[in-house]
Amino acid sequence: MEINIMKSKDLPEETLKTVHSNTENQKTVMKNRMETKNLTVKYGSIYGVKNISLPFQDKTVTALIGPSGCGKTTYLRALNRMHDLTREAKIEGEVLLDNKNIYDEDINPVTIRRKIGMVFQKPTPFPTMSIYDNVVAGLKLVGIRNRSLLDEVCEKALKQAALFDEVKDRLKTPAVSISGGQQQRLSIARALAVEPEVLLMDEPTSSLDPQATLRIEELIHVLKKDITIIIITHNMQQAARVSDKTAFFYVGDLIEAGDTNTIFTNPKEKQTEDYITGRFG
Amino acid sequence: MESDSAGGGAPTILNGRKPNILYLWLGDKIFTAVVVILGASIIMLALGMAWVLFDEGSLSLREYGFINFIKGKTWDPAVQLVFGAWPFIFGTVITSSMALLIAFFPALAVAIFSAEYAPPWLSGIIDNLVQLIAAIPSVVIGIWGIFVLAPWLRDTVYMPIYLWTELNQPGLLPILGNPIGYGMATATIVLALMIVPYTTALAKDAIKAVPKDQREASWALGSTRWEVIRMAVLPYARGGITAGAILSLGRAIGETMAVAMLIGNKNTLPFSIFGAGATMPSVIVNEFREAVESLHLSSLMAIGFVLFIIALIVNLTAAYINRKLSIGGGQIL
Repeated sequence: MEINIMKSKDLPEETLKTVHSNTENQKTVMKNRMETKNLTVKYGSIYGVKNISLPFQDKTVTALIGPSGCGKTTYLRALNRMHDLTREAKIEGEVLLDNKNIYDEDINPVTIRRKIGMVFQKPTPFPTMSIYDNVVAGLKLVGIRNRSLLDEVCEKALKQAALFDEVKDRLKTPAVSISGGQQQRLSIARALAVEPEVLLMDEPTSSLDPQATLRIEELIHVLKKDITIIIITHNMQQAARVSDKTAFFYVGDLIEAGDTNTIFTNPKEKQTEDYITGRFG
Repeated sequence: MESDSAGGGAPTILNGRKPNILYLWLGDKIFTAVVVILGASIIMLALGMAWVLFDEGSLSLREYGFINFIKGKTWDPAVQLVFGAWPFIFGTVITSSMALLIAFFPALAVAIFSAEYAPPWLSGIIDNLVQLIAAIPSVVIGIWGIFVLAPWLRDTVYMPIYLWTELNQPGLLPILGNPIGYGMATATIVLALMIVPYTTALAKDAIKAVPKDQREASWALGSTRWEVIRMAVLPYARGGITAGAILSLGRAIGETMAVAMLIGNKNTLPFSIFGAGATMPSVIVNEFREAVESLHLSSLMAIGFVLFIIALIVNLTAAYINRKLSIGGGQIL
């Protein structure tokens, strides 16, 4: 069975249950954890992205690729309602999390963001907090004060982000005292500490050295056993290494999406091929 | 060779051109000279003012000694001709620090509301109103205080408190003082009103300077609006907010006209809460015209010198705190 992720405006209802044809995991029916239907983001009259329909299956990694300014970040930020904070951004269409539109009136965006974590391109530690307090910041928000639980989660999250060994002796020092790459892994640990169901990553390794990048990629492999990951990357090798699915964006449009293997070896669209092989972008 | 181009290569359009002699050295020198002279003159002006105050006050400072002048509790220009600055230092410190205490949290709340909650049009209105309050001449505020605020405070606030205390805690009456309406409490409240705009404006600047990615990082963790402010905005802006508060304290310390009009002007300790008092600026403005004795005039100048030093300390503290607590660029390596 062929994958049926498409950019068409009117996706038939039955095709929403897409069939995942992974190399290891042949023809297992998997459910869509998240999905966008005809998602359009406008800044005033300018389109950020237009009519994107894209499913994200549970426990998979989807890479969003495309040249700068193609709307990847705009799209990603629509997935956890970060555009709510920009007055001029306007959202049309639906973003479904477990078949429930997160833009519905009765949905609290704060709850959504607790379920859908986000890691940014630049490290964003809270500068007045210690390393420890940064990691558990999200837990303290939901009222967890139990010291031993916080310690445990902090250690686990830092280990997941491959940072624990480097900072375990100075958890109480200010978060800004560590290097930029360590700060980025700290930001990842902070996002992981609240155990999100979906993790959005906006070029998480662009400020990291190859060693730390490798660790983050290993982390993504481990994490996808439990959660759904959507990652933006400018690094084609990285997209190929970490993702199960790839979606190619170009000037606000979704050009092509499908299995990473297919996209990288046998893309249907000429533009995708040109981008992947480095002819533009 | 007509030009000394680097490496001695062939002349090009740029390095082969005859240099404009004025541009190359004279203009540069003139500019440097002008900037240095103007910049130095500001420093000289400040040092000159300090020197004049010290020099004019030296008669008094020599008579009593600097420390004893500050510690001196008696200020009697009429009979004993004894001059000590302590009542005015005490009055200044109490009124301005209490004013900051009263003004700080409301001002911070206005700044947070204007920067984070209000839609742009409302935020614009608030900012303009705040600037308007800051632009009111202090003598106008003083006259409003004399005719409106002080009588109102006396009738609706001070009198009931005084009467209640008289019935229940008569021992506290000397601390409370006579509720005539013109005194330390009224001066403090007016000072608080006058520094709210400064504290607000400086706090808002500090809040506005918090980078967007800090807020977004907090939003992405599932923070509510208040949690974003508490987790990301206020900690980041704390240096600017604190420094702004201390600069506002500096304004309160130096405020003269409104205080002189409302504080009741009593030169002898002890001061009471409702009763009359005096501050360093208020005693200077009230007495310099009648200071016929040279020791009296010199003592007023010495008070000015002390005020200058206190203002300097306050400003340096603000600068130090701003530097110490601010999260500048470069924390991300």
